[in-house]
Amino acid sequence: MLAKRIIPCLDVKDGRVVKGVNFVNLRDAGDPVELAAIYDREGADELVFLDISASVEGRATMIEVVRRTAGEITIPFTVGGGISSVDDMKRLLRAGADKIGINTAAIRQPGLIEDGARMFGAQCIVVAIDAKFNAEWGEWEVFTHGGRNPTGIKALEWAKEAERRGAGELLLTSMDADGTKDGFDLALTKAVSGSVGIPVIASGGAGNAGHFADVFAEGQADAALAASIFHYKEVTIREVKDALRTQGVNVR
Amino acid sequence: MIAIIDYGMGNLHSVSKAVERLGREAVVTSSPEAILAADGAILPGVGAFGDAMRNLRETGLDATVKAFAATGKPLLGICLGMQLLFDESEEHGTHEGLGLLPGRVVRFQGNYKVPHMGWNELSFLQDSPLFEGLTPGHVYFVHSYHALPERREDLLATTDYHQPVSAIVGRGSVFGMQFHPEKSGELGMALLGRFVALVDAAAGDRAG
Repeated sequence: MLAKRIIPCLDVKDGRVVKGVNFVNLRDAGDPVELAAIYDREGADELVFLDISASVEGRATMIEVVRRTAGEITIPFTVGGGISSVDDMKRLLRAGADKIGINTAAIRQPGLIEDGARMFGAQCIVVAIDAKFNAEWGEWEVFTHGGRNPTGIKALEWAKEAERRGAGELLLTSMDADGTKDGFDLALTKAVSGSVGIPVIASGGAGNAGHFADVFAEGQADAALAASIFHYKEVTIREVKDALRTQGVNVR
Repeated sequence: MIAIIDYGMGNLHSVSKAVERLGREAVVTSSPEAILAADGAILPGVGAFGDAMRNLRETGLDATVKAFAATGKPLLGICLGMQLLFDESEEHGTHEGLGLLPGRVVRFQGNYKVPHMGWNELSFLQDSPLFEGLTPGHVYFVHSYHALPERREDLLATTDYHQPVSAIVGRGSVFGMQFHPEKSGELGMALLGRFVALVDAAAGDRAG
């Protein structure tokens, strides 16, 4: 039986790890490669690097981080952030990334999903969706640019379109839950997971081990991602997995 | 020396780093001479079956891989590389494979999530030199198509994803792993380590 995955996310800017609280304030928390190796040893099932560098130099640094990480760890990792062409994808995959996350670029240029899936395989293409509840619609809206810009696109529709266009997986972040530590957005996760036939990684809101059990059982997520609670050692990956095991969730 | 066959598909860096971590020299190469001179070869691969076969044919590396296999030196296909060892695949049309192992590659069909992505547990079906000293556990899979070997004896290990799924295949000196051993933590490295040990043993036999 397929195990549920626990995925730490490292926000990287100019080669250093930072974590955005509600995507705004940033704090520095160390060397990405070193952190990646620690998470590998602690039992992380995958890693996500989100490159939030704004400059060309920062992006070039990311390639080096990817190369060094690939030589250090024995679990898969995804790189996202600022990827807007198949050439960008190719560079990162050649450097050793296993999957590519695309977010804003996929909205702007949905053909990128198809192109990437065709060139590198659907399993390499992770479409990241930042969603926020729109009270007027009574459902969730997609945001881009790190959660700043509303798109007018319904998250469930976009999730289905991303799948149709060849995404291998969805990384679903709840803008409402992100940074709250009150738990994952179970309604959003369940709605998206039930609408698509590809794996869904739930993100945003993890505050304790119990939240992970909830998002797998109730949210029907295939994987769960968290950042700050792992970075600041509020809970370790081992503790999360032990808690999941006692609740009968299949983990590695 | 282990040759990592570079035919323009996928993540060669991680595989070559993993081999190096096991204390062996790895060379990422598209040179037929270098491949044929190596003690062992790994055919990695991420992407579409048809594109991969076209690349192999255009570079003439399909013949090189077959010639390598014919020498009896250990060959390991990983992920798409494993699927390429079979006769044909139905990925985006029907495409002929390398034909080193009889069987077909088909898409997962059913009311469940595809790709089969994540950590799943191996079952060893029979004794294999690849499994010596190892206990089955979780390894990392990412694939939408799976291989159906024609001969039962070629199927060495399976995993369960709504059906038994071919995870490790092999016959003689030709092996395939559907999961990514280089991305599968300690067990993945141990399995890759067993392949490397087979390469060493075969090289020792030739020298001796």
